[in-house]
Amino acid sequence: MAGAFSPNPIADVQQLLSYHFMLNALRAGTIVAVLAGVIGYFMVLRRQSFAGHSLAVVGFPGAAGATLLGVSPVLGYFGFCAAGALLIAALPGGGRAIGNRGEESAVIGTLQAFALACGFLFVSLYQGFLTSLNDLLFGTITGVSDEQVLVLLLAGLACLAVLLVIGRPLLFASVDPAVARGRGVPVRLLSAAFLLLLGLAVAGTSQITGSLLVFALLVAPAATAARLTARPGLGIVLSVVIAVAVSWLGEAIAFYSPYPIGFWVTSLAFAGYLLATGYRLARDRAGDRA
Amino acid sequence: MTGATQPATVVRLDRAEVRIGGRTIWSDVDLRVQAGEFVAVLGPNGAGKSTLLAAILGLRPLSAGSIQVLGAEPGRRSARIGYLPQRRAFDPATRIRGVDLVRLGWDGDRWGLPLPGWLAGERGRSAARRVAKVIELVGAGDYAERPIGQCSGGEQQRLLIAQALVRRPELLILDEPLDSLDVTNQASVSALIQQVCRDHGVAVLLVAHDVNPILRYLDKVIYLARGDALIGTPEQVITADTLSRLYNTPIDVLRDRAGRLVVVGQPDSHAGHP
Repeated sequence: MAGAFSPNPIADVQQLLSYHFMLNALRAGTIVAVLAGVIGYFMVLRRQSFAGHSLAVVGFPGAAGATLLGVSPVLGYFGFCAAGALLIAALPGGGRAIGNRGEESAVIGTLQAFALACGFLFVSLYQGFLTSLNDLLFGTITGVSDEQVLVLLLAGLACLAVLLVIGRPLLFASVDPAVARGRGVPVRLLSAAFLLLLGLAVAGTSQITGSLLVFALLVAPAATAARLTARPGLGIVLSVVIAVAVSWLGEAIAFYSPYPIGFWVTSLAFAGYLLATGYRLARDRAGDRA
Repeated sequence: MTGATQPATVVRLDRAEVRIGGRTIWSDVDLRVQAGEFVAVLGPNGAGKSTLLAAILGLRPLSAGSIQVLGAEPGRRSARIGYLPQRRAFDPATRIRGVDLVRLGWDGDRWGLPLPGWLAGERGRSAARRVAKVIELVGAGDYAERPIGQCSGGEQQRLLIAQALVRRPELLILDEPLDSLDVTNQASVSALIQQVCRDHGVAVLLVAHDVNPILRYLDKVIYLARGDALIGTPEQVITADTLSRLYNTPIDVLRDRAGRLVVVGQPDSHAGHP
């Protein structure tokens, strides 16, 4: 990207941090990674990756439309993702398309294609730099403003505060909805609340990784953590740690290389997932299934 | 039987009726379940067995009559009821340990975060002790630390029973807990439920497709069919005469040398199970 790589790692890090845009990218990347790590853990547990992907795609026309109207794309991402989350929550089944079965996933799939097409239309109407399309779809580290970091921080804190309250019943309702319902846990309400949180996390993550590579931070770290441990508390912590590490490393490598951030973040996340899968296979083969 | 000196009425239905979408599932059901009683709910598919459980749990409103559960409206005493829904096989990829699942039965309905043991203080430690104890009670100690998706059907069922028992419920509601278990596991899980029922004075309401594994433990049978309910001891209810009257068609009840019952000529109602 911008930097000249030297053999001295301390000098490298100092150089990296001397650019304000890099500092902002790292701040935003950290906030987004923490949020995506936690929310992603629940998403993987609830098998709602399909809903997560749909929300990411819905964010794209939001951001493109906002750019076209001269509004901040941040608003577009959050607005469209939140609206999409409420829409999915209103569908029967609440987006829990287990195994992508049935009518619901067909409806969501159709909407996805339409959303992508609208986003593409907005980008071509805008007639801006061709890179804006790439940035919206595959992410960038250069464009993060101070204001954007603040918005991400507030949105992230709000999501984590909600999770602090609903975390345990959400876990119950995710693993065992029928029993949770019998216990008086408001399963449907929690499901809608979670989709809204997922929408916000997707909207935030999209601003770093782009709409199409959201899963690098949302699914891969959580799925990796699930391979490493079956303890919920430890799983969430691991998921966050992996997401933050992937985001920092990806941004740093992108800074020193000519290739885009989305590629690095995704590749690192994928490498971590492969390693964890190998570890799990080896452990299971060794007969220790804890 | 502990607490048997003055058995309390745990579940009480008076002239209860449920209609779903204009169809009467059952009506005029009068039922008493006392503390420490083992009661089976029997009947063909679509007779409303699960609906009866849902009504008692407060998840399905009555269209007529009344229900009292542990002295209150249904749904109010959910913390004192252990519930095992109709069989949910966990996806093999479910990465949650059995012990976590049991723990969710303890405090999963409380707001807040699931904290690891060392952070949760004395309350967390006493919860962990209770979870360990109930896992030992159901004999699931060997596999409770394993991800639930990798446990066998019988192992999952024991862990789910532990989850239902962890809060020392006064009423245990089990929807077909023996289905899809092999014969050995059916016998041992039945014996476990019977043990909990007798030793701890817990009333058990169990929906069964096949009455034989639990027949010798039963105090009472509810037989649902064609919108009616017959309630009595197994000897009173599971007879050719009674069932023939209930179904309004000739039914035979055969008994083999081991005492197993076979109901012959029972028309399966093909209306979808509500």
